Amino acid sequence: MLGILSLKDIPYNVPILVGTFVGVAIIGLAVLFAITYYGKWTVLFKNWLFSVDHKRIGIMYIVLALVMLFRGFCDALMMRTQQAIAFDSPGYLPPHHYDQIFTAHGTIMIFFMAMAFMQGLFNLIVPLQIGARDVAFPFLNSLSFWLTTAGAILVNISLFIGEFSTAGWLAYPPVSELQFSPGVGVDYYIWAVQISGIGTVLTAVNFMTTMCKMRAPGMTWMRLPVFCWTVFAACIMIYTTFPALTVSIAELTLDRYLGMHFFTNELGGNVMLYLNLIWAWGHPEVYILVIPAFGCFSELVPVFCKKPLFGYATMVYATLTITVLSLLVWVHHFFTMGAGANVNSFFGIMTMIIAIPTGVKIFNWLFTMYRGRIEFTAPMYWTIGFMIVFVIGGMTGVMLAIPASDFVLHNSEFLIAHFHNTIIGGVYFGYIAGMNFWAPKVTGFKMSQGLGKAAFWFWFFGFFLSFVPLYITGFDGMVRRLNHYDNPDWHFWLIIACVGAFCILCGVVCQLTQIFLGIWNMDKPGHKDITGDPWDGRTLEWSTSSPAPIYNFAHIPVVHARDAFAYDKEHGIDTRRTSEPYQDIIMPKNTSAGFFIGMLSFVFGFAAVWHIWWLAIVAGILMLLIVIGYSFKEDKEFVIPAAEVERIEKEHSRNIMTQVAE
Amino acid sequence: MKKILPKITLSVVGLASTLMLGGCNLVIMDPKGTVGQGEKQLIIMSVIAMLCIVIPVIIATLFVAYRYRRSNTNATYAPKWDFSTTIEILVWGIPMCLIAFLAYHTYVSSHELDPYKPIAAPADNPNAKPINVQVVALNWKWLFIYPDYGIATVNEMAMPVNTPVAFRLTSDATMNSFWIPQLGSQVYVMAGMQTQLHLMSTSTGTFRGLSNNYSGSGYSEMKFKAISTDQKGFDEWVEKVKASSKQLDSKDSEVYKHLREDQMEYAKTHEGNVLHQEPIYYGTVGHHLFDDIVGQYNDGHFNVHNHGNSSAAPAQSNDMHSGE
Repeated sequence: MLGILSLKDIPYNVPILVGTFVGVAIIGLAVLFAITYYGKWTVLFKNWLFSVDHKRIGIMYIVLALVMLFRGFCDALMMRTQQAIAFDSPGYLPPHHYDQIFTAHGTIMIFFMAMAFMQGLFNLIVPLQIGARDVAFPFLNSLSFWLTTAGAILVNISLFIGEFSTAGWLAYPPVSELQFSPGVGVDYYIWAVQISGIGTVLTAVNFMTTMCKMRAPGMTWMRLPVFCWTVFAACIMIYTTFPALTVSIAELTLDRYLGMHFFTNELGGNVMLYLNLIWAWGHPEVYILVIPAFGCFSELVPVFCKKPLFGYATMVYATLTITVLSLLVWVHHFFTMGAGANVNSFFGIMTMIIAIPTGVKIFNWLFTMYRGRIEFTAPMYWTIGFMIVFVIGGMTGVMLAIPASDFVLHNSEFLIAHFHNTIIGGVYFGYIAGMNFWAPKVTGFKMSQGLGKAAFWFWFFGFFLSFVPLYITGFDGMVRRLNHYDNPDWHFWLIIACVGAFCILCGVVCQLTQIFLGIWNMDKPGHKDITGDPWDGRTLEWSTSSPAPIYNFAHIPVVHARDAFAYDKEHGIDTRRTSEPYQDIIMPKNTSAGFFIGMLSFVFGFAAVWHIWWLAIVAGILMLLIVIGYSFKEDKEFVIPAAEVERIEKEHSRNIMTQVAE
Repeated sequence: MKKILPKITLSVVGLASTLMLGGCNLVIMDPKGTVGQGEKQLIIMSVIAMLCIVIPVIIATLFVAYRYRRSNTNATYAPKWDFSTTIEILVWGIPMCLIAFLAYHTYVSSHELDPYKPIAAPADNPNAKPINVQVVALNWKWLFIYPDYGIATVNEMAMPVNTPVAFRLTSDATMNSFWIPQLGSQVYVMAGMQTQLHLMSTSTGTFRGLSNNYSGSGYSEMKFKAISTDQKGFDEWVEKVKASSKQLDSKDSEVYKHLREDQMEYAKTHEGNVLHQEPIYYGTVGHHLFDDIVGQYNDGHFNVHNHGNSSAAPAQSNDMHSGE
């Protein structure tokens, strides 16, 4: 009935997990109580969970990302603490637990924090920037979100039922094979990644179509905002490379469930096949993450420097160059497999070449700042911090790209420091800069700049404190993923790294305060964004009210130039065309289909992990039925009457007037 | 911002110099082998080349940010300026030159320091014959077989100084990476495949060796001692191992099976304890043990390389017992 699930799989004898469970349960109950107390259940479901509005889905993605950031960051603190005390002693985490933590940290941060945050930004900004009312496939968008969420729930449920994978975030065989990981941990990993991966591919299809087909009239490709270009590039990479991930994990699944031998030691299995496949996805993946972050910088630097982006065309070409090159570098993750010198130098040199367009981007932001009038808001702090941190990360990246140097740096703490240098310094700084920048558009209030800057300083110094020691221990021959060690030279540096992690914790606390304080003060004057254009923005999203109305644009704007809104403001063109008569607007209806398919996919994944086959079959059939049922549904749209549109638009115009009058 | 800028500059410069200067005591920056020395030179050269761009960029970023702050109305403001061919050529050209320089060195060093490339005997020891060492990664320990001496050890190896060492490596469990940081390169070890590595120590001493690819819950224990000593010391070490009455016959022998399986159980039941494994010496070792370990995953074919000559040797009989 319950497959291989039994009571002994509940880790009630592990104090850390029981404590976590109690904490999560208390928070969960408090949230449930609050929702009931304020009578928000209907609102929650109808307006949020069932929503197909890209703005609401975007917010839900970012909430998911922040929750998962918190989880992943707790893992990081636990690991840093373990290494700080595990000199010549076992520390407080036994290997089996520690190995789950580093696996969960990587899996969560990449798949459920960074990817979710990125898709959240896609949702919040792309339709507004290209002058569209929604994405091309609103229901698919809701489905993508719920599939990602289903994966995230699977990862988290593994804390309390069974165990998580101990095989590292990429589940290298043969450790991830049944022979060496007989538990359900790897299965949790497999289904979480597969289910959320489908969601990601659907997002890419959706946004690719949206950008190809739904740009406002006049918005030619070379007038497309750079952020949209980066989303476009990321979408190309997602659907060229995610299939490689799907296939490699599917083959691992076949090995584990049906006793096949793709990657086993025996019977012709080959671990290097897995490494090649998974890195054919894995390396483009980091560009999928970082390129939209570059897009965030490219949008906010011109706004805060009060001048257009320097070298727009170059920026686009550099982005597309990186997109193509990212597909040609995967072997640099395993130069040490014993490939020949020619293979290694090819992939090494291809990797270095990526440094050229990336460097060009850094110079372009620099020259955008040059001869500008720089306003030092929180997003600008993150940007300048990024430029400093990221060039160092780029340099260490090129060091790793030289095969002969890599032979002594590979898989060491140096590597750990390098990729955190680029992922924190590039991806995280970029997304947070973007979040601070676009928060007024999304929520209707400005986030506290002071707290934003404080968070930046904690992250900036915390980053150096955490990862410079790892560069050093890497040079001292320390390898990654060590549970304990007996080399006294490393101990001091690992204590410093632990201090750094707690410094970053202060940054995280500042950011959470920034968000909660923002919500608390959202209606107070000085916080509320009345005009919809608090930064004197340059692109179309700033021409709408904050938050944008459900239909985004009452009249689809006509684009006359790059930086369309800045051009209109300068030439006295009314982007909103308020003098023209309003018309009825047809918008997609909310639907529960995405939510239920997502939840059923979670049930399916859980059942598959525990070999509860009847439940998996039931969930699978129900998913199929919902998809078929939804496809036959005809009444999928609703009409916003012209009068209602007019009322909303007039109110926004009045708000702008009062603001100007003040 | 005004007060903070110099502080950032100072801390960045401080951190960079810590990395560069503090490196003197770090094992990668203090190599004891020819390969490691080559890699150290390469790292230093590439870092210096890149710092020539990285440091100016960081300084320029801070300078531009400070100079063009909004409150500084004396600074030029060019609200329309967004393109310059000269700058475009420079920002593409300068990184290209740097990468071209590094690409050349990448190609040369990849061939020069290829782990598969045998090392020539050094000038001060021209008659030195390479020491052959066969390495098997087990969960979670290292087995070293010296086929020319008919001995084997666990978690301890020795080599004469200034003498090339030719490793052939495989795994009889999970994938690992064989690494003696102070001697230089690492290489993966995988079941059913064999990789090669050539190293040579240039000074005597005992170096830490470890696995550099996570291989399961006993991974942190996968350490060994690599002893580099003069020829006399090496001969004595060989004699010491030979004196051991322990035998490691074939891969099907009880001793080998026990060695292969035991630690898995051990690590399972003692999880959480720090183990200090004592080296094990085997005075005699079966011929073909290494080949049989590789071959058991390949229908007996043992001559499986990741690159280079890929001619598969005829199947070896798996039940060949040749321990003497």
